[in-house]
Amino acid sequence: MSLPPGTLFLLASALLFAIGTHGLVTCRHLLRKVLALNVATTGVFLLLVTLGRSGTTVDPVPHAMVLTGIVVALSTTAVALGLIVRLERRRP
Amino acid sequence: MHPVEVTFDALLLFSMVVLAWQGVHARNMFRAVVSFMMFGLLTAVAWVRLEAPDIALAEASLGAGLTGALLLATLGRLGPERRGPRRRRAMKLSMLPWLALGLVGTTVLLAVTLSLPAPGLGEAVLAAMPAAGVDSPVTAVLLNFRAWDTLLEIGVMLLAVIALWSLGQDVLASTSRLPAPALPALVRVLFPLFVLSTFYLLWRGGHGPGGAFPAGALLAAGLVLALLAGARVPERMRGAPLRWAVGGGLFAFLIVAVGGMWAAGAFFAYPPQHASILIAIVEIAAGLSIGVMLTALFLGGEPTEVRRGRT
Repeated sequence: MSLPPGTLFLLASALLFAIGTHGLVTCRHLLRKVLALNVATTGVFLLLVTLGRSGTTVDPVPHAMVLTGIVVALSTTAVALGLIVRLERRRP
Repeated sequence: MHPVEVTFDALLLFSMVVLAWQGVHARNMFRAVVSFMMFGLLTAVAWVRLEAPDIALAEASLGAGLTGALLLATLGRLGPERRGPRRRRAMKLSMLPWLALGLVGTTVLLAVTLSLPAPGLGEAVLAAMPAAGVDSPVTAVLLNFRAWDTLLEIGVMLLAVIALWSLGQDVLASTSRLPAPALPALVRVLFPLFVLSTFYLLWRGGHGPGGAFPAGALLAAGLVLALLAGARVPERMRGAPLRWAVGGGLFAFLIVAVGGMWAAGAFFAYPPQHASILIAIVEIAAGLSIGVMLTALFLGGEPTEVRRGRT
């Protein structure tokens, strides 16, 4: 196969980002929006690490960025979920 | 690349995309959450394929494990989903432009990747490694070269904990225990292993995959499992001690950073002869506080300080 290395991962990251953004816009349930946001985030992380691999050596900087990003994404998710639970309780 | 590898990658990524779609659009909310957790696990495999074992460790425990636990706990507290019957056709039509956008985006990305001469900072990091004080490049970037990012990230987590805790008291207190009699016994066996693995990963972070992030995630996984088995934050830990445990990592980080300003002349500059020990201190502090903060996020609110009994 003559595909350059990483093509599949780039394709998948673009698709994941598209699915996530689309879900974020179209879904009405807030929990689904959170899930969609997480899917889009994963797409971005995949892109970062795949791009970092295209040099001659494995680039550790994107790895560190993605590790940081995973933790920040989790913090965002936790706050969003906490807000959703509170919001749902205030609804009649 | 070997054809088998290409086939494996294609299957893996295809399943990821399908699970991601289900995770967002599955009709049943529970099914969506479980699909999303499966998606997280497959993502961890993808990180292994991309030669990023550090991220794989963090993703498996955070992305799949802890996020899944959070989502399921939230799902249990939400009512049934209200949805309009006319939603599905609109969704399919609106998908087309996004698909086109995705394809265009991928083409542009491919072009960018192929045209970049020698992207990345791989060589620069390798050249600076002898002075880093650790052998693992990822740990060196996280805690030495770009320690500022890690400091801010711990700050973001602390802000998230403060935001959640300021919303009210912990939600766990109002929910009943899981009806699983074997779980407490299992946790009693597993929890020491969780703690042991946490310190193993912290120690390993100096020279291989591991370090503060996976270690913190593992510690949090153990603590969350204990919470699910019915353990509660001890009475004497509530209030000030717990707040210190949550904020301690950032505090230790700041002390080391300001100490570098005094000893080596710049914020977060380590004197080269002490770099190893300083990074070890920062790593342990960051790992433990990440673990405690993740658990605090799972609690969803501050444990109430005074329960009934005192007037």
